[in-house]
Amino acid sequence: MASKTPASAARRTLTWLGALIALMAVVLGIGVATHQATWAPRLALDLEGGTQMVLAPETAGGQRVTPEQLDQAVEIIRARVDGSGVAEAEVATQGAENVVVAMPGTPDEQTRRLIQASADMEFRAVLQSGPAEPVAEDQRTPKDDFPKPEGEPKDAYDPNWLTPDLLDEFQKTDCTVPRDPGAEPLPTDKAAVVCQTATEEQIAEGTGQSAKYIVGPQVIPGTDIADATNDMANTSTGVSTNQWVVNLSFNSEGTEKFREVTQKLTPYPEGDPRKQFAIILDGTVLSAPQSQAVIPNGQAQISGPGFNEVTTAELAEQLSYGALPISFTIESEQQISATLGQDQLFWGLVAGLIGLLLVAAYQFFQYRVLGLLTFASIIVAGVITWLAISLLGWSDNYRLSLAGIAGLIVAIGLTADSFIVYFERIKDELRAGSAIDAAVREGWKRASRTIWASKAVNLLAAAVLYFVAVGNVRGFAFTLGLTAIADLIVVFWFTHPMMVLLSQTRFIGGGHRMSGLDPSLLGREPLYKGAGRVREFKTPPSDQTAQGASGGAERRRRRSRGEAARRQTIAERRRAEREAASPAAGTTTTTSQRTQEDGQ
Amino acid sequence: MNRFAQWGNALYTGHKSYPFVQRWKTWFAAAAILLLVAGGLTLMRGGFNLGIEFRGGSEFVVSSVQNTDVAAGEQAVRDVAADGIATVTNIAPGTMRVQTERMDDAQTLQVAQNLQDAYGVTADHVTSNFVGPTWGAAVSQQALIGLVIFVVLVTLFMALYFRTWKMSLAAVIGMLYVVALTAGIYGATGFEVTPSAVIGFLTILSYALYDTVVVFDKIRENTQTVHEDADRTFAENVNLAVNQTLVRSITTSVVGILPVGSILFIGAGLLGAGTLSDIALAIFVGIIVGTMATLFIQAPLYALLRRGDGDVTDHDGAVLARRESSGRAPEGATEGVDGTEPAARA
Repeated sequence: MASKTPASAARRTLTWLGALIALMAVVLGIGVATHQATWAPRLALDLEGGTQMVLAPETAGGQRVTPEQLDQAVEIIRARVDGSGVAEAEVATQGAENVVVAMPGTPDEQTRRLIQASADMEFRAVLQSGPAEPVAEDQRTPKDDFPKPEGEPKDAYDPNWLTPDLLDEFQKTDCTVPRDPGAEPLPTDKAAVVCQTATEEQIAEGTGQSAKYIVGPQVIPGTDIADATNDMANTSTGVSTNQWVVNLSFNSEGTEKFREVTQKLTPYPEGDPRKQFAIILDGTVLSAPQSQAVIPNGQAQISGPGFNEVTTAELAEQLSYGALPISFTIESEQQISATLGQDQLFWGLVAGLIGLLLVAAYQFFQYRVLGLLTFASIIVAGVITWLAISLLGWSDNYRLSLAGIAGLIVAIGLTADSFIVYFERIKDELRAGSAIDAAVREGWKRASRTIWASKAVNLLAAAVLYFVAVGNVRGFAFTLGLTAIADLIVVFWFTHPMMVLLSQTRFIGGGHRMSGLDPSLLGREPLYKGAGRVREFKTPPSDQTAQGASGGAERRRRRSRGEAARRQTIAERRRAEREAASPAAGTTTTTSQRTQEDGQ
Repeated sequence: MNRFAQWGNALYTGHKSYPFVQRWKTWFAAAAILLLVAGGLTLMRGGFNLGIEFRGGSEFVVSSVQNTDVAAGEQAVRDVAADGIATVTNIAPGTMRVQTERMDDAQTLQVAQNLQDAYGVTADHVTSNFVGPTWGAAVSQQALIGLVIFVVLVTLFMALYFRTWKMSLAAVIGMLYVVALTAGIYGATGFEVTPSAVIGFLTILSYALYDTVVVFDKIRENTQTVHEDADRTFAENVNLAVNQTLVRSITTSVVGILPVGSILFIGAGLLGAGTLSDIALAIFVGIIVGTMATLFIQAPLYALLRRGDGDVTDHDGAVLARRESSGRAPEGATEGVDGTEPAARA
């Protein structure tokens, strides 16, 4: 910038800013044209109306919940809520301890229960299996033709569980669609029909399959799982087989139960469904492995076709989550009526507008026409912030909340302060006797440092609040941080270049009475007085120069000059001495001298 | 306008000077008394007036109400919980607020139902807010963690930026005072402390330091070459910097207060209590306290912290000796430097 003229550099910077805003607008415009985004920011529930619940995890034994388990819980809640037909529900972890569920409208009793219920993980023996599709109506076996069981089932593996009722349900069940999450949980002490449902994508990739099973009563509850991890399997000689597996380990009770299960299942021949056991989460089969060997030590390994790094990791997470069933208590629940939200939004915007006008009026009062530059800067900052929020709403689903609006309104003041700091510095330079363009240059050098430092404090506060805090503090912190960045962009890329350009106009640069930089008001005479007249340099004010004047005002001024001379900084005093020595030396030299000294 | 600009000139040159640094004992005493009074009043009132988010409980807001009868709301609560105590208030035209203690989530939803019937409005005019008993503690704990992390980081940042930990220390002590006094004002006046107010408090932290950084940056600039300055002691230089930025301090606080004030005005008149008003109130109080603290606490405190430093004592000694020999006191002395209290004369 230094090598070019300030004005051309300023114009180039303004062009860049225009390009940035245009780019943001174009990207958003494409989003709007393709119906993926909207011009207006997306609104949070407290403005749009809806329900927001903050949930705290609760474990049966009071153990601490790890972040991985909480993430898994979020996945499960999301699957349940989506499955129950609530559109646009958002489930997310918040901080290390909470889960937030937000949805439009009011959830019904069933959805509420689903959100709070713990995940139910269990192991059952498979009694019969079949394809996922229901048997076509004309090919179904009449219920009465099914063989009757020979007696009461003796254990969990007994084929006597297969009653005509159950077999009839089995042939009718369609396992190509996911289980209704609101359905009654499976009875733990009875046989049941269960589904394994893969998405079309998974089936196409070969990483999942859909199937239908009749399973016996629960043989191992999920709480008996100690841990589950995924890994590459090793052969007995320790060579990796390149096959992803899930390693499953049980606690002591689970070890005993699993030994019994494998003892019962292993003898069945390959291909017999009764060789399989089903791992069931919330009534849906995750996996139904065959038992290949009796496992007495509670260390099992699950392998299978279609197992890759991703699918094994997922299964391992689900299994270890099953080890610690988490239920949720509702810490807070807000149901906000749509009308109240709209009222708050409307009046919030009105308050913002009034605030903006008051700031503009006050700035005009204090800085005259320069105050309009502040106003323009706030508008540009507002446009950038608005585009950013709308873009973030599109890309990251950011939603503007009421606390966020408060952050925006508060930011008006903080943004205006950057210009106040800047203008005051320019005035300081003018008071020190600089010409306006030099004052802008020097004032900016000092002000930009201060602005960086002070905005850094704001950004730090916003970042800490965002990452640590819970609840709507985050929305507030986010907008505060965003506006601090917008403010920096505007000060550096708009206000300063504009100021440089304006300082070259007759109106501002010439120090017009209404410009806000009238040197006579700042206790200085302008160097250039217009109409070709240039200010003559005076020797530093002495009592003699003021002799002719009379009245209290003049006395005060005289005293003030004397005081000023004593109170000058070292640089100022040196300049005064220099000016006294060589009146021909203009202000420009003194300015550069100041700069050097400041740099020391 | 003219007078304001001339006042700014006078402050810049030092013709007009307010003894922020020199009269530190007065300001610190006043600050301590304010804090004690606020703390005392808070204790007399029996602590803070915590919102239901901290106590746990349920809150309902019913809008577009024709008949603002308090009894109808109370009855709606009693129908669900026989011993339920409800506070029903008409917070804004046509808007009723009902607060209850300790109900469970299901009861809360039932009361929301009943309120619809009681006030003859549809479901989209009733807002309910259920807060469990431990939620407030979780929010406060996170806010406290945030406060500690922020203070540590910002102390480091300022120490690096200003190249002196003493500025950092002075700024942070002042900031803690601002938060303490703002909290004290809340306690003393009985303003309700809600999570939104806590957001406000956290913003004040940021604002108070922001304001201080701007003034300290000027102090840094003025005291950089202080050893060459034969006329002014270190403390006088600090004071000059504060005076030179006084116009900016006032302008900024006015500009900061205007939008916040307009939220408060609209909030009080039309919206009733809510997120916006709660945040705005805390920030309104905080901006005033924060700006005052920069002038009357943080800047003098920095001068005090530095007065024992060797380079400062040497410099001040030289300045005072010269002043003695020339037989004149600085102009500022006649205007307010407390002669008996040579603050910077270590």
